[in-house]
Amino acid sequence: MSTETRSDLAPRFGEFGGRYIPEVLVAAHEELEEAYDAARNDPAFTEELAQLQRHYAGRPTPLYLAERLTEEVGGARIWLKREDLAHTGAHKINNALGQALLAKRIGKPRIIAETGAGQHGVATATVCAKLNLECVVYMGTEDIRRQSLNVFRMKMLGADVVPVDSGSRTLKDAINEAMRDWVTNVRTTHYLIGSAIGPHPFPTMVRDFQAVIGREAREQMLEQAGRLPDVAVACVGGGSNAIGLFHPFIEDPVRLVGVEAAGEGLSAPGRNAATLVAGSPGVLHGTRTYLLQDEAGQILDTHSISAGLDYPGVGPEHSWLKTSERAEYIAADDAEALEGFQRLTRSEGIIPALEPSHAILPAIRLAEELGEGGDVLIGLSGRGDKDMHTVAEALGVTL
Amino acid sequence: MSERLRARFAEANGEGRAAFVAYVMAGFPEPERTVPLLLGLEAGGADVIELGVPFTDPLADGATIQRANEVAVAAGVTFADCLGMVREARSQGLAVPLVLMGYDNPLLAYGEERAAADAAAAGADGFIVVDLPPDEAGTFRGACAANGVSFVPLVAPTTAEERMGEVAAVADSFIYCVSVTGTTGGAEVPPEVGDLVATIRRHTDLPIAVGFGVSTEEQVARVGRVAEGVIVGSAIIAAIEGGSADGCVDRVRSYVERVTGRSGAGA
Repeated sequence: MSTETRSDLAPRFGEFGGRYIPEVLVAAHEELEEAYDAARNDPAFTEELAQLQRHYAGRPTPLYLAERLTEEVGGARIWLKREDLAHTGAHKINNALGQALLAKRIGKPRIIAETGAGQHGVATATVCAKLNLECVVYMGTEDIRRQSLNVFRMKMLGADVVPVDSGSRTLKDAINEAMRDWVTNVRTTHYLIGSAIGPHPFPTMVRDFQAVIGREAREQMLEQAGRLPDVAVACVGGGSNAIGLFHPFIEDPVRLVGVEAAGEGLSAPGRNAATLVAGSPGVLHGTRTYLLQDEAGQILDTHSISAGLDYPGVGPEHSWLKTSERAEYIAADDAEALEGFQRLTRSEGIIPALEPSHAILPAIRLAEELGEGGDVLIGLSGRGDKDMHTVAEALGVTL
Repeated sequence: MSERLRARFAEANGEGRAAFVAYVMAGFPEPERTVPLLLGLEAGGADVIELGVPFTDPLADGATIQRANEVAVAAGVTFADCLGMVREARSQGLAVPLVLMGYDNPLLAYGEERAAADAAAAGADGFIVVDLPPDEAGTFRGACAANGVSFVPLVAPTTAEERMGEVAAVADSFIYCVSVTGTTGGAEVPPEVGDLVATIRRHTDLPIAVGFGVSTEEQVARVGRVAEGVIVGSAIIAAIEGGSADGCVDRVRSYVERVTGRSGAGA
């Protein structure tokens, strides 16, 4: 239809993406698409965002050579892109800043967001405090239990945290509830989606805001390592940190490996969150992408030790990178994530969040395979302070 | 395009009243209740029935219809089961047009072409797919047209007027007008809904049926004065929930009789 596209932004990644939304939200998506297309080409907007990234979020984040871990493994050098050192402790701030500035630009004073691990909720609440925007965060009650520290942080930042008790009580259901808020309050409200998922233009817009990770890492690799990495590895839930890391390397001879959450195992439907590895294409939350679903098209429950990966869908660009074979997707289970978590903590004095902990052991294996002279880049998307209770529980320790 | 849908709107409107469109969720409260409920709705005076196809993630629905979805999904009701219920209801004499309403993913999983063909064969007359706007519905609309079932598009209060003509152009039986920004069973139908219907009217000659926020006799009557169809969903689910499962058909039938002030022919 002629109203569909008024911008230069492509609505699809191959057969994936698109805009599968209730009619009530169509106008808001068209408005957002046009506003984003104008903003990304407006030096005033990009400069304001760059300033905030630098002076508020603490960018560029360091690229760090994990020397002890590299020595222990005895293979390729292992590099960490330190998004854990960004303000609020994860990459989520990159996207929250970009979208909140855009919401101000289109005159929406109220922000809603979903959160799983709480990192996106915290980043959104933080940015709303700074930009004086009303903030409501939807969070599954199961995640509220797992991430009570982040819930309190959001409240301290002035956000209203709304518990979601439907379905699996995790990220998927928080998104459903945020969508219900949005269909009701669309005229005053921007839905600040936290991953590279959802209807067009969200997957593109979130990827663009997160691509700062890969742009910096690429430049830093050339400067510090003197070459591009042989492989870039990142965890994939919705996939925003992974697409942000991967995208600037797409034209380079760099292997891209996404690591999903295998939870309690790939052979246990409903007990993992490995969407690209174990799923099939469908439509959820406004986009056509890989999903964990049954034969009748019902969405399966998911499980991962990390709340941030506990999602039955994935960003549509990852689906396209998978089917076009530009990227590879594998899965690490809860036990492997815990082992990766402890390995990095002990070897480097860096406590990773449980989400990027999934990427550690696969990266170590890749470093072994590559051997000396190779370089492995890990997207270390967040810090692990929020996960101390979960890790203690998993290790049988009572705090 | 469904002759049965168009004929029924024409018949009701010819009697000087709006068609009454009643929603139930397949498999709610229990799968074996659905066929009796469909027959009960017709007996109570429903002109058109929307049969909800259960989905795990009904993101445009409020608490009442969400609950119905959860119960039906938990009972394992699939799109194929919904078609079985339609077939059974037709074999027991259900005569009113019936439209399947739900979300895109169960249809995709079943196969879009096959869904349209099997729906037609089962005796369904159309589809309302909440998260499949006309822009994304090319394949499915083609499948519907090829099988003689109707694709019913939705228009919302936020739909730009220049888009209304394009949305209306894909309709072939009636247009579903969402009365209010919100989820099903949320805010009441607003007084200015007549203006919205009048705006849509400039772009179509087809019947316009208004839903969302319509539950009381007064609201049904008020909407019926400005539109060719009145859609009630959450209130019917609430009537099903309002007592024993054994009594659900009687409660739904008397609810429909009360708000329409009539009962179905031959009931």
